[in-house]
Amino acid sequence: MLGVEEIHTFYGLSHILFGVSLTVLRGEIVCLLGRNGAGKSTTMRSIMGLTPPRQGTIRFRGKDITGNKPYQIARMGIGYVPDDRRVFADLSVGENLELAQRTTGGLAVWDKDRVYSFFPALRRIDSRKAGFLSGGEQQMLTIGRALMTNPDFLLLDEPTEGLAPMIVKELEDRIGRLRAEGLTVLLAEQNQKVALRLSDKGYIIDNGLIRYHGSTEELTADEEARKKYLLV
Amino acid sequence: MRDSFSLKTIGFLAAIFALVLVLPLVIPRFYTYTLALIYVMALLAMSLNLVVGHGGLFQFHHAAFYGVGAYTFALILTKTAMPFWIAFVAGPLAAGLTGCLIGGFCVRLTTLYFGMLQIALGSLIWAIVFRWYSLTGGDDGIHGIDMPSCISSTNASYYFILVIFTLCLIILYLILKSPFGITLRAIRDNPERCETVGINVNLHKLAAIVISTLFAGIAGVLFVVVERSVFPDLLFWILSLEVFIMCLLGGWFTFSGPILGAAIIVSLRTFVGTYTEYWTLILGVILILLIFFLPEGVMGFLAQKARPHERGLTAGEK
Repeated sequence: MLGVEEIHTFYGLSHILFGVSLTVLRGEIVCLLGRNGAGKSTTMRSIMGLTPPRQGTIRFRGKDITGNKPYQIARMGIGYVPDDRRVFADLSVGENLELAQRTTGGLAVWDKDRVYSFFPALRRIDSRKAGFLSGGEQQMLTIGRALMTNPDFLLLDEPTEGLAPMIVKELEDRIGRLRAEGLTVLLAEQNQKVALRLSDKGYIIDNGLIRYHGSTEELTADEEARKKYLLV
Repeated sequence: MRDSFSLKTIGFLAAIFALVLVLPLVIPRFYTYTLALIYVMALLAMSLNLVVGHGGLFQFHHAAFYGVGAYTFALILTKTAMPFWIAFVAGPLAAGLTGCLIGGFCVRLTTLYFGMLQIALGSLIWAIVFRWYSLTGGDDGIHGIDMPSCISSTNASYYFILVIFTLCLIILYLILKSPFGITLRAIRDNPERCETVGINVNLHKLAAIVISTLFAGIAGVLFVVVERSVFPDLLFWILSLEVFIMCLLGGWFTFSGPILGAAIIVSLRTFVGTYTEYWTLILGVILILLIFFLPEGVMGFLAQKARPHERGLTAGEK
């Protein structure tokens, strides 16, 4: 479904990604593991077109989307949940969701009501300003907002970062349910446990290079590789 | 913005409206004229605030569009035999078109660069108007423009302006409440996030600029109705600055703040201006106090006072 081929991404002069390649098949949850600053978020941003790669190509459903504008990529059916879970602070929860509503990509199935059934905690606070929400609520809202664009593919950038264990559990459960809904997910995580429980296969990125990739079983078994690239 | 009007708000608005309807019957002509001028400046400030306060764009040369509206209106009335209403419609349209042209270049840039380019392009229009003696009268401007007899008296022009102003306010309010208005505030908050949920940010910015410059054009036309003259100062950058200050002073995150800001500045200029030439000195002091004590403007402060349970929270969020 998504194919990233040999991308090189820069922030200004600094070279961040050195030929990153990865493949995500339809219906899979693929995790991208790596330490802080390894290039996880940059990979996500490159796919979304926020920091377009200077070299290499990104294909989505067989189509070359490299160099497209982020809003065009979003309309093709890629949802993006950024790592700093920024909501539109001045808007209410409901407005945050309505804003993102698109029917262009795939089947138009997600609407506000469905997001509220998916995250019941949000329904109660529909008219509250998003800036006043807790971290967990904001994360749910950002995921809900991405779902409102009716994506078939979701980029989740560290969804569990800085959240209380109970909320992490709930999110984990929800992300698992998304796969059951037919969504394909690329999940960037520092939290190995959560990531390995959820995903079918994994990539390990370090210093802008893919160091390892394999099925979740292989990754779980290969403690040495995980130690080498993931332990701080 | 709240979703529905409370009875109290409706009563308050009705009282204000009744007051401004009756006022010209009892106050001297000069005050009626000043009030009309306040409405014109308020509409101009409101139109600017659509892009500055709600859209987060640094529209630094808003007066250029105001001037284009006023000049178009004046030129059609004086140089052609076309009827009044065509001139009245052409003014805002010309302003909107100019906004579309200049905005089209500006939306490619962000923040201060947006503002700088706009000052440059807007000043270009000012230079053309200033130099093109044969058409615009250059520095002298055009004076004694005839209005149709039904709006030529001070009171009649006052009511005419009041009606147009009220209509514009209602339209602006509806625009800001609409999904478009919500999107605009989201763009102010974070353009990048907007793109990732599939919003064409530049297109929305451009649309906001066109709407705002259309209303600036209406304000320009109304200015000619009050003043019966046009001059190059209408599109000079100093006026742009003044309008910007009106927004900040009144409260640029509120809907009606700019009206209050316009009222304060026009009154200051009119009444303090009679005592001293240096009324801007007093304005400067007020601005300094404002920055220290009312960073969200007068209206923002009042709104916070009115809703004590949200106080402090808004400040922490920005």
